[in-house]
Amino acid sequence: MNSAWILLFLPLVVAAANQLVLRKHSLVPYLSTASAAASLVISILLLGKEGNAGFDWASIGDFSLRIGIQLDGLSTGMMLVVTGIGTLVHVFSLAYMKDDEACSRYFTGLSLFMFSMTGIVLADNFIMTFIFWELVGVSSYLLIGHWYQKPSAGDAAKKAFLCNRVGDFGFMVGILLLWSLTGSLAFEDMREGMIRFQDANPALFTGLLSTAVLCIFCGAVGKSAQLPLHVWLPDAMEGPTPVSALIHAATMVAAGVYMLFRLQVSLGAELFEGLFASHVIAWIGATTSLAAALMATQQSDIKKILAYSTLSQLGYMVMAVGLVHGEAGMFHLFTHAWFKALLFLGSGAIIYACHHEQDIWKMGGLLKKMPITAITFLIGTAALIAVPFTSGFFSKELILHAAKESNMTLFIIAAAVAVLTPFYMTRLVVIALLGKSRSDHSDHAKEVGPLMWVPLALLAVLAVIAGWLSGIAPAQPAHAGEFHLNALFFISLGALLIGSSVAFILYRGKDRDPVCIALLRELFYVDRFYDNFLVPVFQNTVAAILHFFDELIINGLLVGGLSRGAASIGQVCRAIQSGKLQYYAFAVGLGVILVVYFTVFY
Amino acid sequence: MASLNEYLLVSGLLFAIGLAGVVLRRNIIIIFMCLELMLSAANLTLIAFSRFHTVNGLPDYNGQMMVFFVIAVAAAEVAVGLAIIVALYRARQSVQTDQLTALKG
Repeated sequence: MNSAWILLFLPLVVAAANQLVLRKHSLVPYLSTASAAASLVISILLLGKEGNAGFDWASIGDFSLRIGIQLDGLSTGMMLVVTGIGTLVHVFSLAYMKDDEACSRYFTGLSLFMFSMTGIVLADNFIMTFIFWELVGVSSYLLIGHWYQKPSAGDAAKKAFLCNRVGDFGFMVGILLLWSLTGSLAFEDMREGMIRFQDANPALFTGLLSTAVLCIFCGAVGKSAQLPLHVWLPDAMEGPTPVSALIHAATMVAAGVYMLFRLQVSLGAELFEGLFASHVIAWIGATTSLAAALMATQQSDIKKILAYSTLSQLGYMVMAVGLVHGEAGMFHLFTHAWFKALLFLGSGAIIYACHHEQDIWKMGGLLKKMPITAITFLIGTAALIAVPFTSGFFSKELILHAAKESNMTLFIIAAAVAVLTPFYMTRLVVIALLGKSRSDHSDHAKEVGPLMWVPLALLAVLAVIAGWLSGIAPAQPAHAGEFHLNALFFISLGALLIGSSVAFILYRGKDRDPVCIALLRELFYVDRFYDNFLVPVFQNTVAAILHFFDELIINGLLVGGLSRGAASIGQVCRAIQSGKLQYYAFAVGLGVILVVYFTVFY
Repeated sequence: MASLNEYLLVSGLLFAIGLAGVVLRRNIIIIFMCLELMLSAANLTLIAFSRFHTVNGLPDYNGQMMVFFVIAVAAAEVAVGLAIIVALYRARQSVQTDQLTALKG
């Protein structure tokens, strides 16, 4: 257990040392990287261990907040993903960020993120999850806004934070509701409490459980960027690309799925069967997955395409959790983490080589200029579009299988996404990697150094083989890594062939986008709706109410009333102080007369 | 011989004239003179009471002693008061009270 505590607190110590002691020392990046590597080693050692340890952090009466570590297959498997990708991203960042002025701040942020993410994964109760949930939000905010000098980066950081706040509010309500139902916050005791509650109040049970689960799902909607709070994730691409790979593709955004699955495992999956909340979760996941895939087809920023693709894949995972096949979702999370981190780091290498050019229409021909990056990128693409026997193929197959068994409509949506994914990825590859270069930047692109391509190569290997590594995955689905020549296989193979061949024919040799669908390019007008309608309306309403209270009640009655009262009394007294001698004399005389009058005649 | 009431009437009139002058006139020297008039009215009252209040067939001289005190103090007060007025005139080039309103709130 001790090594688990080291695993949790090492990144925090490193982040604190970086921030407080080393400051801008050139050692900072290496220290952070070393801590990430050490975390990876500990994670590997912890694989397969089980246990629970913790201490009371704060006690109020008979209620106590616990900081505890839960070691089981789920958390150790997830830790492997977090630290593995974290380490590779750290190494990649050493090269990617070496010319950045605020390199130390960047690595400190990464260490803080590693600490927060470890906390979420290892947490043994919901309050601890929530604390670290917020901490990943903070570190994500810091890293998205790393280049805060750019207004767009600052805005994106704020947007991400605010969107997450909206979700987290529901999350907190959900945690409290669940606590009131089960009387426990610890994952271990939750099931027992829930069954006790079910026996006591059978009539209320499903409704309340549904409400609690939906509230908790709000947190996942925010963090995993599901509809309608998905808007922050594409904007979060303003951050440095390795950050996008680590936080906004592989780990943090998957925390929502992880947390939902943890909840499902703790309460017992059978409670979720047929639950209203599960349907909502599945449908939101499916809708997100389809909408994001459609949006991805019309983007021209390489990172935005990958961001929407991440949204779409997260939708898949959430859908799987909603269909009570969480282990399929977790397995997809596991494989997706490797190949999506690979794709993001690959795009980072491309962006780096093209002098921070992100527009795919200004790239082209990169396969010849930077073969290692391009080939690893192709491998990542293959995994994402589920080319048979790559890791993505196995996990996607499991999700499609789950959808097919549960709900035909959801299966059709999932199959449509399976067509769209190869479409937009082939489009990206055809435009950016094949053909000939379309601008000076891409013309002068050179292969990146080994600090960059070694992580890419390692991730490429994992992207291929992760499908067979179900032993170390966070969750072990029943038929992981198996292959059957059934109808499902032909459907997904057909989807792959249709999607990629249409994109190949459509985009080969083109210099401009031959398809222009405004609805998709404008992201279904969701952002516009938020910016022009929802935010102003809410802001104006709240502002009007606040203005009323502030101006009329506080300012007008309390503060202003007191001051006006004092002023008017002053005005009265002021009239007496005329400064004219005679008035004073007259007043004295009058006073004397009155005194005499009252003493003599009364 | 005139009665006590007639003396008191004259004294009251003098006091009233003095008070009216203090309240109504604007020139500070006139006001000062009117103040003296009011003092004189008080003195006259004291003398009258002294004259009409007999002790063993003689007037009560305590009242007259008081008048001497008042006159002595008034003389000192005039010296100080006039000095203030002179200083005031030097500072303001005016002895009109309606122009001396620096204490207005």
